Amino acid sequence: MDSVTCEKKIRSRQREYTPAVRVVTYALLGVWALIVLFPFYWMILTSLKSYSAYNGEYIPKLYTLSPTLQNYADAFTAVPLGRYLLNTLFFTVLTTVIMLAVIVLAAYAFARLEFRGKNAVFVLFLSMMMIPNELVVITNFITITDLDLRNSFTGLILPSVTSVFYLYLLKENFEQIPDNLYYAAKVDGTSDLKYLLRVMIPIAKPTLVTVTILKVIECWNSYVWPRLITDDERYFLVSNGIQEIRENGFGRENIPAMMAAVVVISVPLIVLFLLFRDKVMEGVSRGGTKG
Amino acid sequence: MRHKGFGGSLKGWLYLLPALLFLGVFMVYPLIDVFVYSFEEGYNSASQTYFGVGTYNYAYVLRDPYFLQAVKNTFLLVVVTVPLSTGIALLISVGLHSIKPLRNFLQTVYFLPYVTNTLAVGMVFMILFKKTAYSDGLINLLVTRLGGNSVDFIDGPYWAKMFVLCFYTIWVVMPFKILILTSALASVDPVYYRAAQVDGTSKLRTFMRITLPMIAPMIFYLVITGFIGAFKAYSDVVALFGTNLNAAGMNTIVGYVYDMLYGDSGGYPSYASAAAIILFAIVFTITCINLLVSGRRLRR
Repeated sequence: MDSVTCEKKIRSRQREYTPAVRVVTYALLGVWALIVLFPFYWMILTSLKSYSAYNGEYIPKLYTLSPTLQNYADAFTAVPLGRYLLNTLFFTVLTTVIMLAVIVLAAYAFARLEFRGKNAVFVLFLSMMMIPNELVVITNFITITDLDLRNSFTGLILPSVTSVFYLYLLKENFEQIPDNLYYAAKVDGTSDLKYLLRVMIPIAKPTLVTVTILKVIECWNSYVWPRLITDDERYFLVSNGIQEIRENGFGRENIPAMMAAVVVISVPLIVLFLLFRDKVMEGVSRGGTKG
Repeated sequence: MRHKGFGGSLKGWLYLLPALLFLGVFMVYPLIDVFVYSFEEGYNSASQTYFGVGTYNYAYVLRDPYFLQAVKNTFLLVVVTVPLSTGIALLISVGLHSIKPLRNFLQTVYFLPYVTNTLAVGMVFMILFKKTAYSDGLINLLVTRLGGNSVDFIDGPYWAKMFVLCFYTIWVVMPFKILILTSALASVDPVYYRAAQVDGTSKLRTFMRITLPMIAPMIFYLVITGFIGAFKAYSDVVALFGTNLNAAGMNTIVGYVYDMLYGDSGGYPSYASAAAIILFAIVFTITCINLLVSGRRLRR
């Protein structure tokens, strides 16, 4: 039998799924898609229902004929949602930028420079990856409290900067950059810092983008540390803000306004994800932790 | 030629300095300190004094009914969600792998829970499952349609609350698992499938004998990370039941640690430390067992 007919035969066998199997497959995938999407649909739908309409429905309706944006107006006026968002944005940007600066320098030292004690320090760094946050958060809480940094951005940001795993990812990437480039730059009299900024960072840009996206997601959703360290509403991030809104916000029963706040909080990350879908998924499969 | 000697050394340490500072202050020192705290008896955070050194904190925590409740909740959550979510993720990934149209779209959809704020979306789940004076809620509507009795999943009986928690946890952890498994499935060399097809091997047998062994390392990886993640459950529980988890009877070990540290029941860093170390010991032991078991299986 020549290879062409053989290949054909295999091809035809590849499509031997019976229609029943197909139907079951699509049904399974469809059901899970429904389970994933429904909460999103429900939050948007509820946020568009008026307060009275929502509370008048003993049997919740799956659609609304008179959508209103009043809840979104309430979400920004009745509770300081705008402030929560700005706080979170500020916290996210600053934490990410400081982290990037710290890990770029450290990754460069590990990947490119030679110095005594390097391997020992690197092993120490690696072993830190196994330490769960729960173990160190207690002392950090006391440290920040003792330094009188509760309810401040410094207190929020400083302990959130350390990310050994991202440092590790970046160091691996830096090491792939050929040595020749470095020696050539050295011959030209380029300083290390200049070499790092002009050559290494542009080459390692994909990894830096991945790390940035992962850190932004992490910061935007962080809840535990901000909750421990802030009890002043002026410093709340969105996670704490939404919890505050739930417990003391619009009055417990104004669910539509609460859902409007939930939508506003969820949208930025979903947009970020849809824009950088492949980057995000690649980054998470390399270094994701949630799950 | 690479830099050697004192000048080069100094430069290396200089580049490392910021990272070392952050790591030292916020990871290494706390790590030592948490053990110190856990053995200091009667620590007073206001005066920073303590009576003596010993294992009283551990004894207290292990006898605290709230802690035992938290341990029970956490173990239940782990035992239910880890196998279920891994199994469902495997089913979905295999399904996803076998279709062409819609695959990209569905992958995007399935990933959405990963990029959402756990606290915010948890509130949507709360509303769907909650029974109020105004409405039984959508899920209860479904339950009664199917012939069951409506039940308050948020403030009601223990099993109902546990059900919502497990359901939401699975919803949250699925994207990561589906992502890892679909890329594992895609990386199996098609040559093996061709060979099996030439031999006329059935689909099921191909899956059991080729696909499963090939992706087994990734499944074990997911089980291990799943165990670790589920043991640290906290923010999704808060999202569903609010911050007063002890009152709801739904606290987790991590929740117990934070409650001991802060809030209305807080101010006891020693108890919190002891509980955190117990949690770490449990997670560490189970991870080791997992690694041993998977190591043996994979070698076979």
